[in-house]
Amino acid sequence: MPGLWERLRGGLTRTRQGLGDRIRGVFAGRQWSDDLWESLEEILYEADLGVDTVNFLLERTRAEVWNQRPRKAEAVVELLKRHMVELVRMNGDPRSLADHRPTVWMVVGVNGTGKTTTVGKMAYQMRERGFKVVLGAADTFRAAAQEQLSVWASRAGVEIIGQGYGADAAAVAFDTIRAASARQADLVIIDTAGRLHNKSQLMQELAKVHRVTGRALAGAPHQVWLVLDATTGQNGLLQAQVFLETVQVTGIVLTKLDGTAKGGVALAIARQLAIPVCWMGVGEGLDDLIPFDPEAYVEAILGGDLNA
Amino acid sequence: MFDNLAGKLESAFRRLRKKGVLSAADVRDALREVRMALLEADVNFKVVREFLSKVEERAVGQTVLASLTPEQEVVRVVRDELSELMGGQPSRVTMASHPPTVIYLVGLQGAGKTTTAAKLAAMLRRQGRQPLLVAADVYRPAAYEQLATLGRQIDVPVYYNPGATPVELVEQGIERTHKLARDVMVVDTAGRLHIDQALMAELLAMHSKVPGHEILLTVDAATGQDAVRVTQSFHSQLPLTGVILTKLDGDARGGAALSIRAVTGLAIKLATNGEKLDAIETFQPDRIASRILGMGDVLSLIEKAEEALDHDETADLAERLEQGEFTLEDFRGMLQQVKRMGPLSKVMEMLPGMKGLGQLKDRVDDRSLVRTEAILSSMTVGERRRPSIIDGSRRLRIARGSGTSVQEVNRLLKQFREVQKMLRQVRGMRKGKRGFPKFPFPPMPEG
Repeated sequence: MPGLWERLRGGLTRTRQGLGDRIRGVFAGRQWSDDLWESLEEILYEADLGVDTVNFLLERTRAEVWNQRPRKAEAVVELLKRHMVELVRMNGDPRSLADHRPTVWMVVGVNGTGKTTTVGKMAYQMRERGFKVVLGAADTFRAAAQEQLSVWASRAGVEIIGQGYGADAAAVAFDTIRAASARQADLVIIDTAGRLHNKSQLMQELAKVHRVTGRALAGAPHQVWLVLDATTGQNGLLQAQVFLETVQVTGIVLTKLDGTAKGGVALAIARQLAIPVCWMGVGEGLDDLIPFDPEAYVEAILGGDLNA
Repeated sequence: MFDNLAGKLESAFRRLRKKGVLSAADVRDALREVRMALLEADVNFKVVREFLSKVEERAVGQTVLASLTPEQEVVRVVRDELSELMGGQPSRVTMASHPPTVIYLVGLQGAGKTTTAAKLAAMLRRQGRQPLLVAADVYRPAAYEQLATLGRQIDVPVYYNPGATPVELVEQGIERTHKLARDVMVVDTAGRLHIDQALMAELLAMHSKVPGHEILLTVDAATGQDAVRVTQSFHSQLPLTGVILTKLDGDARGGAALSIRAVTGLAIKLATNGEKLDAIETFQPDRIASRILGMGDVLSLIEKAEEALDHDETADLAERLEQGEFTLEDFRGMLQQVKRMGPLSKVMEMLPGMKGLGQLKDRVDDRSLVRTEAILSSMTVGERRRPSIIDGSRRLRIARGSGTSVQEVNRLLKQFREVQKMLRQVRGMRKGKRGFPKFPFPPMPEG
């Protein structure tokens, strides 16, 4: 697919800026020496990886440096890079559907991470790939959420099912799946209301949507995407943990990577909770949601053009 | 996951104390725990480094080393430094001497600008002002509809004109403000990246056409290391006057607040902390210090308790306890007072060391309170005053009436008898001593 790589790089250029420059400034062409550990540590902390994951990665890398005694600073960065990629390596294309029709996706997350926008982009891309998509407007709490999703639905050229403000979210999910089955749709995407993970009542409501989805169609939801804002710090780990326990999250959508934040907490989530990062949001356009690319992502954190 | 910092320091010092004498190096070692706590709380890496060097200067002084409880001394120094950095006194939103006051809300996407705009307008209205909201987010789909819906809920007019540019919208908005004789205009702007030059220029153009008395940056309390870059970048392009920290009702520790303050010196003026439109308050700088350190928000808890508890009732209850006359009727009153403080899980979050304890929170589910209350409410007044008359058939009736089981009713009665027994013992024991024993109420679900 032409342009994908460029777009990814384009979207991530700014993520890379500063960091990449600094890496180049600090490491390029230099001999490795132990006082450079602190610079590496700083880069990882500033990318929001968190204490545990930074220690984990640096210990691994340290052990290898001890054994292999690399001469060049870049070689050490390479070793670190490999461990980071390993953490977030993923298998398969997130765009592939389950055997069952319709496949049901549910999109969850705390407030303001970009759930509705993500649903819109997913809908557009899946329809472009020839699938019949139906959206479920199960964010019945936020004012005008359904209107917002409707705009995305018409941009994407897909159908939307909703019952309006204040309706029962689980009932909307149920209706959407039934309607989609009747219309022989391929994919149902259910947009849910943003909620802070420490609000147990709201999380129970989400659990109910999840349960009812399974009742409307055995095996559903096939994917539960947790939308995580790349600017989020260590709280992202708690978010992921609670959403995982409540609705069995199957993958992370890391949004807003077109800013200067790196979303490094996603590495901590992958390591500690084994939830893979599957998508990355790199811009405002309909095409700016792409399958997660571990190498490109890690390079963006560490400065990709070291060997170029 | 987040152990209480004081606890961590205590164990660190316990290890050190085995050596006998504490040295400056030992204190430095202990400060590593502080560093971890700050980093885990999302305080910017560089800010942590500078902050710790300041703390070290003070902590390595004689007072800490000579203290019998060095861990508490260190915590005190850290907390003092934090409060000082955050700026002790709360800052207020300033109003123009000649109305209308113009307030811009700016920030990244998803920080909570639209909801906050409505909350701010509602707050101003409660203070007797006449706000007008301007929906200047022309990019996000249905942003106007969202603000219009919120405006209806809080009874504040919302200005919007489809097709107008954001600059035109504020110009027309200020005209409308004059026409409707409103005294504050709150402008909800589109979310934008701080590195998006075109959109940043647009904000500046709006501000130069209709100058804002307050330009408030809206920041999500869960923001990580990037908070520094975002704030610096906004601040260098726009004359920000302060910050609003949103989603403080989450369990993020809010280290971003410290980073922002340290790097830009901007005051955090307001905080939002709930889904409801009245969930906005003046930011309390001293309280975030404890929150960042994971030490709980005891001040807020005390304030809440004072707000919720009826003093006459409490005094009355204390007197009856004194005389050993505690009945189920009193207990029911106590429960209702506790409930007034809000969801139990929220109350618990304010206690030190309770953050992030998901499992515990589930055990102290509000539902167990609700069940206990249901059981109590299914009793007659006579039964509550003299629980001894509750026999088998009454138990069955109470269980049915409350939708619980006889076993649960039994458990409650048994716990109550134990408390009564304890009270009697305490009364017998006490001669002029003050203070009440710990109650095993409310009953926790077993498991």
